[in-house]
Amino acid sequence: MVAVDRTSAAERPRGTLDRVPPAYWVVGVLLLVLPAFVSPFILFQIMGWSFVLGLIALSLTFLGGYGGMVSLAQMTFAGLAGYLVAIFGDSAVDTISQGWPWWAVIPLALILTVLFATLVGWLAVRTEGIYTIVITLAIAAAFFYFTRQNYDIFNGFQGFNSVLPPHLFGVDWRGGVAFYYLSLFWAAAGYFLVLYLARAPFGLALQGVRDNPRRMAALGYNVTAHRVAAYALAGLIAGVGGILLTWQSSQISPGTIAIGPAIDILVIAVVGGLRHPIGAFIGALIYVLLKIFAVDVLVALGLSGERFQLLIGLGFLVIVFFSPDGILGLWDKLRASMRRDPLTGRDRSDLP
Amino acid sequence: MTRGLLGSLSTVALIAVGATGAAAQDDGPITIGILNALEGTYAVPGQDGMRGIELALMQHDHKAGGRDIEIVVQSTDTTPDSALRGARKLVEQDGVDFVIGPLSGSEGIAIRDYSKTQPDVTFINGISGAMEMTMVDPSPNLFRFNIDGAQWSKGLGDYVFNEKGYKTVATIGEDYSFIYTQVFGFVTEFCEAGGEVTERFWVPLGTKDFGSIIAALPDEVDAIYLGLGGGDAVNFLNQYQQAGGEANLIGGTIMVDASVLNSQGRAKEALIGVPSSGPQADTWDDPRWTEYVDAYRDAFPEGERFPSPSLFATGYYNATNAALQCLDTVEGDLSDDQVAFRDCLSNLTLESPTGTITLDENRQAIGTNVVTEVVEREDGTLANELVKVVENVNQTLGLSPEAFAELGLPSRENPECKSEY
Repeated sequence: MVAVDRTSAAERPRGTLDRVPPAYWVVGVLLLVLPAFVSPFILFQIMGWSFVLGLIALSLTFLGGYGGMVSLAQMTFAGLAGYLVAIFGDSAVDTISQGWPWWAVIPLALILTVLFATLVGWLAVRTEGIYTIVITLAIAAAFFYFTRQNYDIFNGFQGFNSVLPPHLFGVDWRGGVAFYYLSLFWAAAGYFLVLYLARAPFGLALQGVRDNPRRMAALGYNVTAHRVAAYALAGLIAGVGGILLTWQSSQISPGTIAIGPAIDILVIAVVGGLRHPIGAFIGALIYVLLKIFAVDVLVALGLSGERFQLLIGLGFLVIVFFSPDGILGLWDKLRASMRRDPLTGRDRSDLP
Repeated sequence: MTRGLLGSLSTVALIAVGATGAAAQDDGPITIGILNALEGTYAVPGQDGMRGIELALMQHDHKAGGRDIEIVVQSTDTTPDSALRGARKLVEQDGVDFVIGPLSGSEGIAIRDYSKTQPDVTFINGISGAMEMTMVDPSPNLFRFNIDGAQWSKGLGDYVFNEKGYKTVATIGEDYSFIYTQVFGFVTEFCEAGGEVTERFWVPLGTKDFGSIIAALPDEVDAIYLGLGGGDAVNFLNQYQQAGGEANLIGGTIMVDASVLNSQGRAKEALIGVPSSGPQADTWDDPRWTEYVDAYRDAFPEGERFPSPSLFATGYYNATNAALQCLDTVEGDLSDDQVAFRDCLSNLTLESPTGTITLDENRQAIGTNVVTEVVEREDGTLANELVKVVENVNQTLGLSPEAFAELGLPSRENPECKSEY
């Protein structure tokens, strides 16, 4: 893993703060002061949505990149958490919504989501490769149709509207700046959690399971348990993302968790790059920018705006065509070519 | 470094994008944001909606109140999420002066809630038909110039009871708000006239196999009301004919829509003679309607339009026309939170192709509804023939506001079938 290599390459022992790479400082400060420069639309709709989708895609990056399991059910976990918040908390559908306080609703929603993810994981880890994709896709499709046809709990086609975040500390968390910081906080939390786990014993064992499950089993690791635990954790991350997504659009309905959005999450993760958690967020930002501005680009070029989906698809195609590893792979390629000596073709750092 | 550079690059790019989204100036062009479904199930009707907007703009030379008109289009896929995102982009990013849209029911409810958070922008509905949009917690800056799904049923219940002589009816409908609203309108009128609705069947949107429903249909009813649309309608008719069904049918508004009447195959023939109702009829001889149809046919080459404008084209056409007329009245003055513009909209008497439209105190249209019957034209195509015109249909369907409020909102079982409301 890139991340693992980088830390082991540290030349001398340093203090905790010193060990934070400068890039983190730059991005961190930029993200923190961003609200001073840009409109609430960019904060809420572009950045906020990117963070939220990135968080859901991060759960897939974690499963896929570190666990070697590609799951299409991540949007389903996110959607379930969103639905549970609407069902136990407040919404405009007061015949179903229980109206319980937020401190009960949110933990309950997350616990149930993790349980569901564990169950799905327990089913899915019995399969490998393309079969995992198929079984998780089947779960996503089944959940979508179930929510659309169940009226007693999920309110069918309509779903729930007016699902709003609690007014904590007197802040309207759906305001541009407030939602930006809220989503930034959870995106950062998810990011560092995955980064930390990748180097923790659990994460290392998981990567071992990914690379050679037989050897890991021979070494005494419980392969199935590690994989199921990865699903549970990914379910938690996706669940947090799902709750934020529901608050952002203030509603949840079967359309939010349909097959299309489920596949979008995979597209985001792949376009960004599965090798490092930052890939999920880069992919989400590109997805959101394309989704919002593709129509304007076409119209600016004097073309009919109706074909904007084509532009979105082409954008993704170009990225994946030039770099199967997504944007992260593109960056690595660029760096490798800069390091290479154009005359000898050898790595410059190897030269005396 | 990887992350740092990419992160900061994208941030810079974003700031650059943000800087270009400045609001329109007072003497410059007026920007209208259009919210329309150009993807998903309703892409084809959505495109016809765009034709309605273009036609209205063409007839106005793309000018109103002495200022040029520019439009910014934002597509939705008829989910409330996409409508909300689209509206946010139009208002907060593109800085449009007002918004026209959306197309479908659930979107309308999302836009109603959003419009309350943007008090200085005016919203004019496209063709969303959900009753709640203007009935429940109406928003002061949201205007709707089309009558809603329940109003589209006005006249039908009375007609099938008195003229057709149907005393008992079972209903089949897609399981979502728009059809609840349509059935709501039908049931209240039909039952008040003396009829009885024996059973209501609900099928999920997108049902392919109607076998079990067809088997469960009662034999002893006089007619079956069909609240289906698009592919569902065609599938049902196919399977119903194959099963040898011969009951009398009654159509909801989208059951006899152009997309079903122009579908391939013989299934649609079961619709010949079926009574229905809605805001427009293909063979209406009102000069306002024929003029509009001619203009529509002239404006777009054959093959790039429907034989005659759909409900969706008319809805967006009326909304755009109302806005342009009021811009003329206020001479393009949108200052002072668009107060004058909104005043004009509230008090406008819109002479539309589908009759005269005025707004009530919730800024909801009071307009004309028509009862139609499907006929076969000489060239073999099907069309909706005008049977009866009901004028001045208001949102409470002629009931007092109190009596109407007592009915509750449309749902699977609501309202009950009673002889008096």
